[in-house]
Amino acid sequence: MTDAISSLPTQLPPARRRAIPPDVAAARVRRRYASERTFKALGFGALALTAVFLVALLTSIIVKSLPAFSEHRAVLSVLVDAAIVDADGKRNADAIRAADYASLTRAAITAVIPGIEGRTARKALNGLLSSGAADDLRDRVIANPSIIGTTIKTPMLFSDDVDLYLKGDTGRHTAALGAAELTPSDVKGDITLTAANQSFAALIADLEREGVANDAEAGAHVLDGRIPSRVVYINGGAVKVVKATANTLAGPVLLPLSSVTPAQAGSWNLTTYVQPESRRRISDQEIVFIDKIRSAGAIERGFNWRFFTSGDSREPELAGIRGALIGTALTLFVTLILCLPIGVLAAIYLEEFAPKNWLTDIIEVNINNLAAVPSIVFGLLGLAVFLNYFNLPRSAPLVGGLVLALLVLPTIIISARAAIKAVPPSIREAAIGLGASQQQAVFHHVLPLAMPGIMTGTIIGMAHALGETAPLLMIGMVAFIVDVPTSISDAATVLPVQIYLWSDLPEAAFQQRTAAAIVVLLGFLFAMNGAAIWLRNKFERRW
Amino acid sequence: MTVVYFTALALLTLTAYVLASRRSVALSATGVRMHSLPAYHGLLAISLVIAPMLLIWAVGTPLVSQLAASNALTNFPAEIRNDALQAGSALREIKNLAAGQHSGDVSDALRAATDTYSAWRTSGNFLLLIIGLTAALAGIATSLRMVSGQFRARNHFERIVRIVLMACAGVAVLTTIGIVASVLTETIRFFFDPNIKGRPGILDFLFGTEWNPQQAMRADQGDIKSAYGFVPLLTGTLLITAIAMCVAGPLGLLSAIYLAEYASPRMRRYAKPVLEILAGVPTVVLGFFAALTVAPYIRGWGEALGLDVASESALAAGLVMGMMIIPFISSLSDDVMNAVPQSLRDGAYALGATKSEAIKQVVLPAALPGIVSAFMLAMSRAIGETMIVVMAAGLAANLTLNPLDAVTTITVQIKTILVGDQEFDSAKTLAAFALGFVLFFITLILNIIALRIVRKYREQYD
Repeated sequence: MTDAISSLPTQLPPARRRAIPPDVAAARVRRRYASERTFKALGFGALALTAVFLVALLTSIIVKSLPAFSEHRAVLSVLVDAAIVDADGKRNADAIRAADYASLTRAAITAVIPGIEGRTARKALNGLLSSGAADDLRDRVIANPSIIGTTIKTPMLFSDDVDLYLKGDTGRHTAALGAAELTPSDVKGDITLTAANQSFAALIADLEREGVANDAEAGAHVLDGRIPSRVVYINGGAVKVVKATANTLAGPVLLPLSSVTPAQAGSWNLTTYVQPESRRRISDQEIVFIDKIRSAGAIERGFNWRFFTSGDSREPELAGIRGALIGTALTLFVTLILCLPIGVLAAIYLEEFAPKNWLTDIIEVNINNLAAVPSIVFGLLGLAVFLNYFNLPRSAPLVGGLVLALLVLPTIIISARAAIKAVPPSIREAAIGLGASQQQAVFHHVLPLAMPGIMTGTIIGMAHALGETAPLLMIGMVAFIVDVPTSISDAATVLPVQIYLWSDLPEAAFQQRTAAAIVVLLGFLFAMNGAAIWLRNKFERRW
Repeated sequence: MTVVYFTALALLTLTAYVLASRRSVALSATGVRMHSLPAYHGLLAISLVIAPMLLIWAVGTPLVSQLAASNALTNFPAEIRNDALQAGSALREIKNLAAGQHSGDVSDALRAATDTYSAWRTSGNFLLLIIGLTAALAGIATSLRMVSGQFRARNHFERIVRIVLMACAGVAVLTTIGIVASVLTETIRFFFDPNIKGRPGILDFLFGTEWNPQQAMRADQGDIKSAYGFVPLLTGTLLITAIAMCVAGPLGLLSAIYLAEYASPRMRRYAKPVLEILAGVPTVVLGFFAALTVAPYIRGWGEALGLDVASESALAAGLVMGMMIIPFISSLSDDVMNAVPQSLRDGAYALGATKSEAIKQVVLPAALPGIVSAFMLAMSRAIGETMIVVMAAGLAANLTLNPLDAVTTITVQIKTILVGDQEFDSAKTLAAFALGFVLFFITLILNIIALRIVRKYREQYD
């Protein structure tokens, strides 16, 4: 090699010198500065785009979640009928508990809209209330048996579809005041509304535009669920338009009319619900009922406390996250009491006592690799070892906590080692110089000084465990569990898994609840990370 | 029973400490010079109580339930006892009845078995308690006898502490061994156990292009056609990972360059939390975002352009996964660029380079190994990510490279197979463990290479 270098010609080749004209040089500099600016803008753009992603993510979720935090209730007068609730008059708790409260709530809502006949209409009316309304009434009666036999005013939860209708724009409609006198043929059943000739020419024209041709057999234009539905409000009642001609409208009565007297022009209206009936989860009949209850002033909107106080349910309006929150707390408790001591002691060993040999090397490489193993693989470990080999209970926070402890252990060991390493050797030397043993120096002096750093790392590790889902799916924490767990061996689920379960369900109300549960989860995560940052800023010491 | 045992343990621990340290104090009051502080005599006594009692509990409890179960099963006829499945369900019924949760009719055999079971358990647990108490009392007596001036209680205790410390450090190794052992044994059964029906050969698994795991529900459905070809899962995983890297690579690297080289400290103070928040968002949240916000958008745009987009397109999952790994790439790259010595930059400036020229021609080449390893770690994370693909990618194993089609990934298949009830002796369940093994293997290789590059690179500039 040295020979090769020394054999190189000592004379350098003549430098290529070319005079660059000043204008070319200036252009080149401009070009270089322009590329400098582009590059800097690219970097800033990348950062800005990342921020936009984050903002889009958070806003989309928060906007989706907002409806889930409120609920609609019908405030109705209920007669707590002693004959139904407490038939033998002995105030027997079991009898009161087993009574048929659904019949009471049915009676209460029927009282608001009297005169409804026909099975479908009754079913629609009773279906407005959630099945939880009767349970709420039961709880109220059990808590206070003295209301038996009296009439009380109580809020009753609506079903999820009604709630969504009241929150959303499903009910978007336009109302046209009647321009001519309109005569109904009856007050209930299928009726015909007759007006002067050509009164409904505009409606017919609209229908033709929506693709409804004159049906020769019926002799009229026939409306079905695929086009916006039309309802005539007349004489205090409502009629759904099924057949239309230039001077008659015919269809079933949705809400009984008070009389068959001809309604003057301007005293009735034709309402068009823009969204076709087949494209919404709520029928024209139900819309008419809800609007009637609303006009009676019996609907209130309140904060959805139930979301935080009840467990999971198949009914979206009754579903809450309490079970998942308790399950999360139990799981994280198991995780914390396992991984904090083990992690800290392991870190102390590796940082202070471990001899420099191949065994220690293996442990170190191991920890670094374990930190990057996909979380689902830890789930496989839990399934094969904890469930299958040790026969621990499925779906239990105990197993979930064990798996998560193994998962976050590397994180905690790594951060605890960093915190211990940051304590200067002078502390140890001073302690040992005063006669402490090595362990006394570590446990009495180094560890307390490293504690804030260890705590920060632990909180970050626990936040990581809080958001983890995949390994818990493997060990069966995905079951549908209504009961709130009370111990670490009960079947339970955790918040992220609850989010996953709800996100799979088709109901729009469940999607809002999913988003709301995410908001709660993110709230906890931000709080934990905030606490970690606060700890770091408050106790961090630069030596 | 467990409660009684551990209450006794706690009480005895306290007693041991108080007795031993008091004795030591009393001894030194008589003028004896003590080698160790009273607390160390107490702590040593505690160790002599806790260690034997925990050991007896850990060994004894499984032994007792094993004995109780086998004795209870003698109440059933031999054909039930010898069939693992029937014996298992009988045992479950026994346990339910013993816990008072049994519903339905109770046969005489079951009642007798439950009585046997309860009797064995009660007496076994009582025996355990007696043995544990005896051992603990013996421990206390020994430690009390040992208290003396010359006795080096601190040294003995510190030796015990050291063993505990080592054991804690060993948990990490045990975890790895546990992962490898559990995944590997099931994988070996999947390929070589002759009792498993429908298992594929290794070559069929590695090079087969059809993935369709089926499980016979009844015995007479024995000839359902299953296919365990791994290729479509691999291409699906790599397709989504590639899309994610196309998003996260440039964005992560460019934002790292901006943060490391251009941003003012004020800017860094605002920009860093954005990346940290993004890094802290749980993947189940990103999956929800991908499935309910991004996927419909992409579908809408695709339809507007006249393209046929699957509702669970690889593109949606890949884009959101890219979002997930941006902070990962940017923080790792930021670190390596900060580690490039300032003298290299100064040299470039002295030669007249602009800032971007210095970055492109000096800093980036110098940081390249670190950046490559950051990309590899990010890839391994993308390959192993589960929730985003479970929620936003499909289930059907299509062999395609079209990002608008639905593809499935290794992790999606593991989750799909293993969620719900499963038997451990069907090829379908074992296939999930084989996939887990492949996943562990791929990510392990990527991690080891990446960590090695980083370590080498660090030595270069230290």
